[in-house]
Amino acid sequence: MADAPIIPDEAEVRARWGAFQWNDDSKAKRDAILSRYPAGREQSASIPLLDLAQRQVGAETQTQGWLPVPVIEFVAREIGVPYMRVYEVATFYTMFNLAPVGRFHVQVCGTTPCMLRGSDDVLAACKNKGLIKGKTTPDGLFTLTEVECMGNCSSAPMVQINDDNYEDLDYDRTIAILETLANGGAPKPGTQEPGRHTVEPKGGPTSLTAMVTENHDYRDEWNVAAQGADA
Amino acid sequence: MPKVKVDGVEIEVPQGATVLQACELAGKEIPRFCYHERLSIAGNCRMCLVEVKPGPPKPQASCALPAAENQEIFTNTPMVKHAREGIMEFLLINHPLDCPICDQGGECDLQDQSIAYGRGHSRFDENKRAVTEKYMGPIVKTVMTRCIQCTRCIRFAEEVAGVEEIGAIYRGENMQITSYLEEAVSSELSGNVVDLCPVGALTSKPYAFEARPWELRKTLTIDVMDAVGTNIRLDSRGRQVLRAVPRVNDDVNEEWASDKTRHAVDGLVRKRLDRPYVRRDGKLHAVTWDEAFAAIAAVEHGGSVAAVAGDLVDCETMFAAKALLKGLGSSLLEGRQTGMDYDTSSLAAVNFNTTIAGTEEADAILLVGTNLRWEAPLVNTRIRKAIKKGAKVFAIGPETELTYKVEWLGADLSVLGNLPERVTEAFGKAAKPMVIVGGAALKGAHGAALGLVETLGLVKDGWNGFNVVHMAASRMGGLMLGYAQPAGISALYDAKLTFFLGADECDHARFTGFKVYVGHHGDRGAHHADVILPGASYAEKSGTFVNLEGRVQRGERAVFPPGDAREDWTIFRALSERLGQTLPFDTIDELRAAMALDCPELATLGLKTFAWSAPALGTVAEGVLEGYPIKDFYLTNAICRASPTMQRCSAELVHGESFAEAAE
Repeated sequence: MADAPIIPDEAEVRARWGAFQWNDDSKAKRDAILSRYPAGREQSASIPLLDLAQRQVGAETQTQGWLPVPVIEFVAREIGVPYMRVYEVATFYTMFNLAPVGRFHVQVCGTTPCMLRGSDDVLAACKNKGLIKGKTTPDGLFTLTEVECMGNCSSAPMVQINDDNYEDLDYDRTIAILETLANGGAPKPGTQEPGRHTVEPKGGPTSLTAMVTENHDYRDEWNVAAQGADA
Repeated sequence: MPKVKVDGVEIEVPQGATVLQACELAGKEIPRFCYHERLSIAGNCRMCLVEVKPGPPKPQASCALPAAENQEIFTNTPMVKHAREGIMEFLLINHPLDCPICDQGGECDLQDQSIAYGRGHSRFDENKRAVTEKYMGPIVKTVMTRCIQCTRCIRFAEEVAGVEEIGAIYRGENMQITSYLEEAVSSELSGNVVDLCPVGALTSKPYAFEARPWELRKTLTIDVMDAVGTNIRLDSRGRQVLRAVPRVNDDVNEEWASDKTRHAVDGLVRKRLDRPYVRRDGKLHAVTWDEAFAAIAAVEHGGSVAAVAGDLVDCETMFAAKALLKGLGSSLLEGRQTGMDYDTSSLAAVNFNTTIAGTEEADAILLVGTNLRWEAPLVNTRIRKAIKKGAKVFAIGPETELTYKVEWLGADLSVLGNLPERVTEAFGKAAKPMVIVGGAALKGAHGAALGLVETLGLVKDGWNGFNVVHMAASRMGGLMLGYAQPAGISALYDAKLTFFLGADECDHARFTGFKVYVGHHGDRGAHHADVILPGASYAEKSGTFVNLEGRVQRGERAVFPPGDAREDWTIFRALSERLGQTLPFDTIDELRAAMALDCPELATLGLKTFAWSAPALGTVAEGVLEGYPIKDFYLTNAICRASPTMQRCSAELVHGESFAEAAE
């Protein structure tokens, strides 16, 4: 069911955000963003400016940030396009929040690779920490969303919290991350598997082994192999 | 001019044509939903798939594929048939099976094409998606579950109406077409999305559940709501006109119509005058025709007779009244009810000379005191097209939203005599410059605007860039028939006997003599009348109308007038006999023959060009424009004022009352 959009547009939202303006920090960034596009093509800045606005709203509300309708309209005026065109963009991309979220927006990937590698445990951990899908915890800390593939399949399962990915999760690691965040700490982003750096294969690399410690030029070896094939 | 082969037949197509257009030229029907001749190409419905060689071995969307030299196109291969069946099945996955309760039933592209190109059954066993209804205003009713997301409405709003308030929000399965925050669409052309919608997602709100298309009798006629002369078709059942839809005429309205044209028709059955009335002791009493005529015959006018033409009357009515007045020894005729007294010695100087279609070619445009969006919405869309081709637009008058970028030069008319350099520079470079003078400026700046013909070089070989926008359907016809006095309507105030031909906008209290109202609605004119003779509205008579560019057009009768009401010219014919000045025509054809003798331009249909000559008028313009003549687009005449739909539009779109329905 494609439901009626639940987008807050009440008098309170208008009253709170109607006077939204860039702060000094955002103003500099806005100028940098707009300078990337030629005159007359300001519409291209829709996405970066919406992101900038969402971050500023986040900074002002101590959350991950969201886009109240008056802020969307502010961005539209900023680039001189009709409200509808920017509104379409804001509703299209799931990274723009159209309703308030908590300080940490926990986005658990539930797509097939993550599911096979145990995203159900990750969701169970979230549930046991009091997170409910689509809702914000009463203390305003966490908002839980289940999302589709975030492109971290080789270190599945994963969760994206605000700007960082946490990978190779299981039940306990998820609990640990959520607790660290709740206590004001900063967990290590990336893979949580001890000894793993990025997404290299388990048990050590099987290809490009000469590259593990230092840069290595393979081209000569390829040429030898190619000549062998020709002969 | 590429040569292509369509199903083995070689044809030559224009440069830049698409494969779909090539197929059409070859006489092949290509099914489509999102493609529309007058909108940009979207290519998202995929219904127009054909096989093209050379090219990838898969069907291609013909609407977005340019026709190229030596292309071979196949529209009837098994691959194409299979592709169409597949697309149709996909489109119907989420489309509800509610045709029996859908207003589009019987004139639905999806219905027709699924019969012609579909497979007849579906393999989809899951639940269908449902979408909540969206509020789009008083004209458009939505049933969004039926939407197939062709995006024609979005493209129309953006490209033609110029009101970017419709869009698609969310994505994928959740994509929904809506107006911004579900507010009413603030366009005076919003009704056109109903015609554009290939399914029943956007239907007409006032016409909801009124009739099925096959029950309706279709009559081709001309609209009278403004001076554009929109070609319309009136769909009627029994004695009632149920809806008005535009016809295609590329010279006039393309295939659009304003909301007023479409939806004022429900005023045709309300507040109607259906029997004669005579005022006795200050009160109107219903009488017979005979008594009403007797009351008029009793007036001792001594030749002081006048006729005021209303905005909606046809040339036949005006000519019959003119002939009667001639018999009574008078020529006090006037149609400009609001007191305008511009010079009419040269019709070219008060005509839209560039023509409506010609407007598209202009490259510099100056609007003088005209809110075109309300005065002639379908001329406004042409200016949008001209801008798309690179035209620059300047405007003099109070600032208003015209749906396109305008450089405002202030509301002071004196600027006409001293145009800023950027204007003269733009006009100096322009090959086809254009000045459009509206009703607000005609009073004080007609001469000054005519002066621009010289200074800006508006009239040249094959191009006449001087234009006047009229707002009344009867105006050009009236001017051709002599409905104009040098002093304006004030010359008629002292007539002993005045005929008001559906004239509701004038100041009736200023008329001192006996007032006879010949018209169809119980509006302002009827309230002041001493005798009311019930006439026929534009839907109830065959009438000739001249639009603002001098195009003579004729409409047919759709329904009969109610009660004792008669076609207006027959009223004058009957009355003339009673007054002893029998008019020399007994049929409408005889009347038209007599009219052709009086005014040869009205003898034939089509565009009349008036030889250019400008009257010598003072070229000094003074005064500041306070506003535009039309204060409320939706309530400009008696039919609109009687129409509940127009009242609602006025309240909601002009006066900002809220009617938004609560979400269910």
